Amino acid sequence: MSNSEPTGSATERSTAMRNTSEIVKASVKKRYARETRFRLFGLIAILASLSFLAMLIITISIKGYPAFTQTFMQLEVILDADTLGLDENPDVSQLLKANYSGAIKKSLLQTFPDVKKRKDKKALYKLISKGGQYDLQKKVIAAPELIGQTMTVWLPVGDDVNSYMKGIVDVNLPEKKRRFKDNQIGWIESLKSDNRISQRFNRTFFERGDSREPEMAGIKGALFGTMLTLVVTLVLSFPIAVAAAVYLEEFAPRNRWTDLIEVNINNLAAVPSIVFGLLGLAVFINFFHLPRSAPLVGGLVLSLMTLPTIIISSRAALKSVPPSIRDAALGLGASKLQVVIHHVLPLAMPGILTGTIIGMAQALGETAPLLMIGMVAFIVDVPTAVTDPATVLPVQIFQWADLPEKGFVEKTSAAIMVLLAFLILMNAVAVYLRRKFERKW
Amino acid sequence: MINLRMTSLALVAGTALTVTAAQAQSTRDQISIVGSSTVYPFATVVAERFGQTTGFKTPKIESTGSGGGMKLFCNGLGVEHADITNASRRMKASEYENCGNNGVTEIVEVLIGYDGIALANAVSEDQLDISLRDIFLALASKIPNPDGSETFIENPHQKWSDVNPDLPATTIEVLGPPPTSGTRDAFSELALEGGCTSFDWIKALSKSDKNLFKEVCHTVREDGKFIEAGENDNLIVQKLEANPKALGIFGFSFLDQNSDIVQPSLIDGTEPTFESIADGSYPVSRPLYFYVKKAHVGVIPGIKEYLEEFTSEAAWGEEGYLADKGMIPLNDDERTATADNVANLRNMEELK
Repeated sequence: MSNSEPTGSATERSTAMRNTSEIVKASVKKRYARETRFRLFGLIAILASLSFLAMLIITISIKGYPAFTQTFMQLEVILDADTLGLDENPDVSQLLKANYSGAIKKSLLQTFPDVKKRKDKKALYKLISKGGQYDLQKKVIAAPELIGQTMTVWLPVGDDVNSYMKGIVDVNLPEKKRRFKDNQIGWIESLKSDNRISQRFNRTFFERGDSREPEMAGIKGALFGTMLTLVVTLVLSFPIAVAAAVYLEEFAPRNRWTDLIEVNINNLAAVPSIVFGLLGLAVFINFFHLPRSAPLVGGLVLSLMTLPTIIISSRAALKSVPPSIRDAALGLGASKLQVVIHHVLPLAMPGILTGTIIGMAQALGETAPLLMIGMVAFIVDVPTAVTDPATVLPVQIFQWADLPEKGFVEKTSAAIMVLLAFLILMNAVAVYLRRKFERKW
Repeated sequence: MINLRMTSLALVAGTALTVTAAQAQSTRDQISIVGSSTVYPFATVVAERFGQTTGFKTPKIESTGSGGGMKLFCNGLGVEHADITNASRRMKASEYENCGNNGVTEIVEVLIGYDGIALANAVSEDQLDISLRDIFLALASKIPNPDGSETFIENPHQKWSDVNPDLPATTIEVLGPPPTSGTRDAFSELALEGGCTSFDWIKALSKSDKNLFKEVCHTVREDGKFIEAGENDNLIVQKLEANPKALGIFGFSFLDQNSDIVQPSLIDGTEPTFESIADGSYPVSRPLYFYVKKAHVGVIPGIKEYLEEFTSEAAWGEEGYLADKGMIPLNDDERTATADNVANLRNMEELK
């Protein structure tokens, strides 16, 4: 172009100027178009990610919501000592072992007296969940005087009946290819017309630990395990990480050593989590002999993993506190420690807390390191202490996804919903804290 | 100040936790079980029932795979080591030796039942009738040269009809578990080797050149006809529904639960059913075991009672609840013999 070269006459100069403005004018349209395009791409990117998220949540909800209802069947169970196999004055251990499933089977046969063939009987017995006997067992142990009487109880139905009641069974398939047979459908329909079938909110899901019967499986064990693990993680990682960040940011001299430490912390944040699991296995279990499968070890491993995240975000928060605050406090005679503890730390707290919660949310979804320390296990009893064997929500999801019974499909999705709710709750707390305490300069 | 206080609090809490943990570790009132993911669905049922019907805590069961379980089990004696390990194959001599080196010398072996491995496709397709030899010729990496020269060629078969003209003219596509899985081991050992030994001259190799025999009979082709679909059998079932032209390999209990989605192929003319696996006429079935550390019996409360529960007729019998979950029970004689071994805690024979 000629306008960069020195020109001789005024006319030439004005032509050049006109040229420039024409060139600019011509390119304006192009530049606007470019901007619109760029914005459009951004919008498409956001829409795409939103639609993926919506798809995920919708499919999980559709698959998972049936898990929140459970079908019950009303039965008249005769609790005679003979069927239960009890003596006259049974003690608790006998009551625990009594043949409750026999009593339930007998009552089913009484309800449908024309079932005679062995195969049909087996199909009939499947109507009631295997867990029904434990419900009955608990009722009898709580009130042993019931023995010898007839009791009307509502018992959970079997997995197949549950799917049928929820409309998951395709009745149009030929009978041979269905697990739920025609005679079973007949029985259930006749019970339904007698109002002896009812669908209720599935309290079991929130009140019990794991089970191998989908209709008896609950999330309470995993939920408690998660909480215990996260408490250990928080108690360990928060103070250590904040102390480390304060030292590095406020006290440490800038030299090669602190640079090295800083680089290593940043590297640690990017280490795959399974590595921390291996470390946990070698150090905490094999060397310190801490118990396997315990939330204590899980929490220790996860704190190793979350430490770098919290340190990095805490340092950023500390850095964002303006130097004028420090100068003012120092100017009024405060010691370095007073400056940090009285002024800098409280101002940086919202950022530190946000970082901590993000780190904890990361720890919440972790399964890989827990695999190595034995927290991927079948655990029925709900843990009450950090040394009890426990498992966590993501592990529970992983395990249910692996079981053959169909009822676990909906349980898996329901557990994912619970995990997502937990996550959203934690993030909401982070947002709230930030909004409430954040200060802008 | 707050910060310092919290740090010291955390340190105190940490020490306290370690102390309680150490105490908890010196005694254990809960059985610890590790091992095979194939036995896991059965062992967990027994454990749950055991926990519900006795005063003992419900045993903790980790699904680590047969090999991983053996390692943990053989690590030594004492509360920090597992009491029982499940296995979908027999303990190997090397594992027995490892156990012995770590002081685990007295082991009770319990054969609990059988598991069938099914080759299945979606119900929308025709049911396949296939022989072990066809399976070998379709899925092995090297197959005998068709010119009869007793040499091997890379598997050239693209369609099932290339293997056997009676089979449909669809592309070979089989979804199966990865090599880390016990199901895969069993499939190679039973189905591939079964087809492999139908050639007499290869069978002779098992005596003359053991390594070559193993390589030929156990290696699955890697040109995309056999697809490793992960350890999760449910996933394979779902993929078969989405892709009806493919076949899948998975355990019998998954077949039993999903009879509305998948159908088993007949192997050597036999369909995998409860009866055909139990009487041994279905060729692809394997034994399931668990191993008990005798030194822990009486130390960890409940082991004896757990064994009683597992070997009771109500559990592993023909009408037992394990059969309902898809485990194929032993025959009456085997059950009586094993139950007797268990009741007397007889040590297993030395493996060499």
